[in-house]
Amino acid sequence: METTIAGQNINLNPEGYLLDLNQWNPEIAEHIAQEEGIELGEEHWPVLKFLQEQHRQEVALSIRKVGKSGIVNIKEFYALFPGGPLKKASRIAGIPKPASCI
Amino acid sequence: METQDINQTIEKPTSKKVKKMMLILSKATIDNVYACFILANGARMEGIEAEIFFTFFGLEAVQKKKLEHLHVATVGNPAMHIPTLLGGLPGMESFATSMMKKEMEKLDIPPVGEFIEILEASGAKLWACKLAMDMFHLERKDLVDEISDVLTVGDFYQRAEGENTQLLFI
Repeated sequence: METTIAGQNINLNPEGYLLDLNQWNPEIAEHIAQEEGIELGEEHWPVLKFLQEQHRQEVALSIRKVGKSGIVNIKEFYALFPGGPLKKASRIAGIPKPASCI
Repeated sequence: METQDINQTIEKPTSKKVKKMMLILSKATIDNVYACFILANGARMEGIEAEIFFTFFGLEAVQKKKLEHLHVATVGNPAMHIPTLLGGLPGMESFATSMMKKEMEKLDIPPVGEFIEILEASGAKLWACKLAMDMFHLERKDLVDEISDVLTVGDFYQRAEGENTQLLFI
């Protein structure tokens, strides 16, 4: 599915996740975050960056890994991205939906 | 009152999306404990509320002295695919359990104690059953700090009020 966000053409899967991280930029992140009902602030960006780094290194993401990242603990992660933190944060970060149960 | 009810039905059919999972853990075999924790954690990851009521042997999973020593059952468990007599040999349960724990660590599944911390941090509510506590002569101090309170069955059911709540017995 092709769509235009912040003046840029991007490809999304049916669930709204970016198909190519190279198309991602901070404006697109802001836009997707708004769709998820999240206003991005200073504390969100390091988390998004961490998720992208992990994705580039092909590490399977989990709540536990984010909690051990040294960037946020699990409580803070839930507070920053309420209502499904790993899913929402991944979508905003432009990486695929994690297939994780943990 | 009647008019209001009718209007509600016509205007907006109630959503079927699960809002809250209420899990009752009554067993202490490690596979049951993990099934329960993963379901509760998975609910929170989807933005669904989650609560666990620890009753009977399920209380072992939240007792400070016992939670890191839970075992998989090697006797009376056909899924182990070993003869019952062999499963009953000394050390078999420990062996099977340590094998299982190794496999789980590979999948990034935390040990029981850490899992309880994760559940608490994710906003899951953990309750201990009053009757089972009395039966096993347990006190609040025997349980991990993440337990919010000791409840009766009635208290727990009251917390299940509200739309789209599911109860699950493990």
